[in-house]
Amino acid sequence: MSATVVSRPGVSSRAQRREAIALVVPAMAPIIVFSVIPLMAGVYLGFTDATLRRNDVADFIGLDNFVRLMGDRFFWESFRIGLVWAVACSVLTLLCAMGLALLLNTDLRLKSLTRVLALIPWAMPPVVVAIMWRMIYSPTAGPLNAALEAVGLPAVNWLGDFSTALPAVIVVAVWSGMPQTTVLLLAGMQQVPTEQLEAAAVDGANAARRFWHVTLPALRPVVLASTALDFIWSFNSFGLVYVMTEGGPGGRTMLPMLFTYLEAFKNRNIGYASAMGDVLVIAVLLVLSVYLIQQFRKGKAER
Amino acid sequence: MNQRAWFVRPLQYLALVGYLFFLGFPLLWLVSASFKSSRELYSLNVTLLPVEWTFTNFADALERQNLIGSASNSFVVAITTMVLTVLVSMPAAYALARFKGRLRAVGTGWILLSQVFPTILLILPLFLILRTLQLNDTLFGLILVYVTFTMPFSLWMLQGYVSAIPRDLEEAGSMDGANRITVLRVIVFPLLLPGIIATAMFTFVAAWNEFFLALVLIQSPELSTLPLTLRNFIGVAGAVDLGPLAAGSVLATIPSLVVFAILQKKLTGGLLAGAVKG
Repeated sequence: MSATVVSRPGVSSRAQRREAIALVVPAMAPIIVFSVIPLMAGVYLGFTDATLRRNDVADFIGLDNFVRLMGDRFFWESFRIGLVWAVACSVLTLLCAMGLALLLNTDLRLKSLTRVLALIPWAMPPVVVAIMWRMIYSPTAGPLNAALEAVGLPAVNWLGDFSTALPAVIVVAVWSGMPQTTVLLLAGMQQVPTEQLEAAAVDGANAARRFWHVTLPALRPVVLASTALDFIWSFNSFGLVYVMTEGGPGGRTMLPMLFTYLEAFKNRNIGYASAMGDVLVIAVLLVLSVYLIQQFRKGKAER
Repeated sequence: MNQRAWFVRPLQYLALVGYLFFLGFPLLWLVSASFKSSRELYSLNVTLLPVEWTFTNFADALERQNLIGSASNSFVVAITTMVLTVLVSMPAAYALARFKGRLRAVGTGWILLSQVFPTILLILPLFLILRTLQLNDTLFGLILVYVTFTMPFSLWMLQGYVSAIPRDLEEAGSMDGANRITVLRVIVFPLLLPGIIATAMFTFVAAWNEFFLALVLIQSPELSTLPLTLRNFIGVAGAVDLGPLAAGSVLATIPSLVVFAILQKKLTGGLLAGAVKG
């Protein structure tokens, strides 16, 4: 029997099963109503010509949307920007967070201040993060350009310039994503067995080698999980970039979510937008599975 | 381990100060801007701290931009979402954690998969459904959507906490003749309470901070939540009123910050509990 609860002596297995069903049905109903059905409906909409017009009847049109999407240059440009953004965000966040976690895992002063400070970006509403960084990047009254001017460099229109806009928003994403990853890595580091680290030290391994051969392998599951999650969240993120640049300048920060949003609510083509969503899900799943399979292989090979 | 080179310590501190600056400077700038007079904000002489401190920005933000109305909308939405999400996901989380086998595999699989789907794929059908029910552009509709979106994460956290409760305790209870409801109420619930509170607070912050779904669902200005109102500060034809905007941003962050301060220890615990036991 697959659904065994607490085994009680003297109670028939049929009663147990009934009990299990009684618990599961109310538990699963909201998942199905609130999560499974809308998602299925969303996937299905991609195969229809649904629009936002009132009294619009959505017709099933098979793969038409997908065929049209194949030749949609702007969508694929946005897709490319999304990949660059998501990979950059997750890799840079991991590197920065790893550095910070290592520092916080030592006996330095200022540690508790940093810990408290690191919580704030995590708690902040993304809209506030975006507003704040708009001020930092402000071409006229921002501190960044004031600093550049002070050392005699020309001012930069960070969010308005074709070449700097995407890097600038990536920095903001790292700023707001770093705390969460740091906390996870730090928790992982505290579970690394100290005997192993000490043994390595006795054998003459320096800090770098101890990190590479003891700490990092032990952290592998945490690193895998947090980069995978960061990648998904970045790829699907919206608010931060929408408030900072609205996809501009000239579409240089047009993440796939922004592009799809505009298609759905400005051009009012819900069916076509859902088809884009379907393609994005498949893309994310592909990237993730390649990454995870490759990492698992590596993990096995090392053991 | 004492034969470390003399320069390691200073370098570590240098790096730490670098991090402190990167993390802290934008925050300092925002808070400082909220206390600056508009003359100072737009002057080309950029200063870190206000030359003269003023509270007019806060007064302006509260008065002119309907900040209080939006804040109370946000509170209603976030608290209702929190209560509904936890109530709805508690039985499911218990079932996920306690029943082994196929159900659990499908359940966890679904939770993970739902994280991968872009928000837009969920919001489009929900938007159509809500419009048919005439619930779009209502706070209640927004709450329903928030429950949908916060549930996977809340389930994940809660089932981690349930798994952490030794099953023997429940068995001991039922041996003593208590029925299942009593076991759940007297034994499981008190042990689960800290986990429930942590999950609830997390849900609150998620709903309080949320922007995209509100942008899609809410059109009436009087129903705007805080993030929408703040974003509209900027939207007005480029004529940004920086001072009140900064002040409003600072105020909007406070509730989430308070929750996070309380949760500080719990955050890692909950996330890891879900991860390790999953």
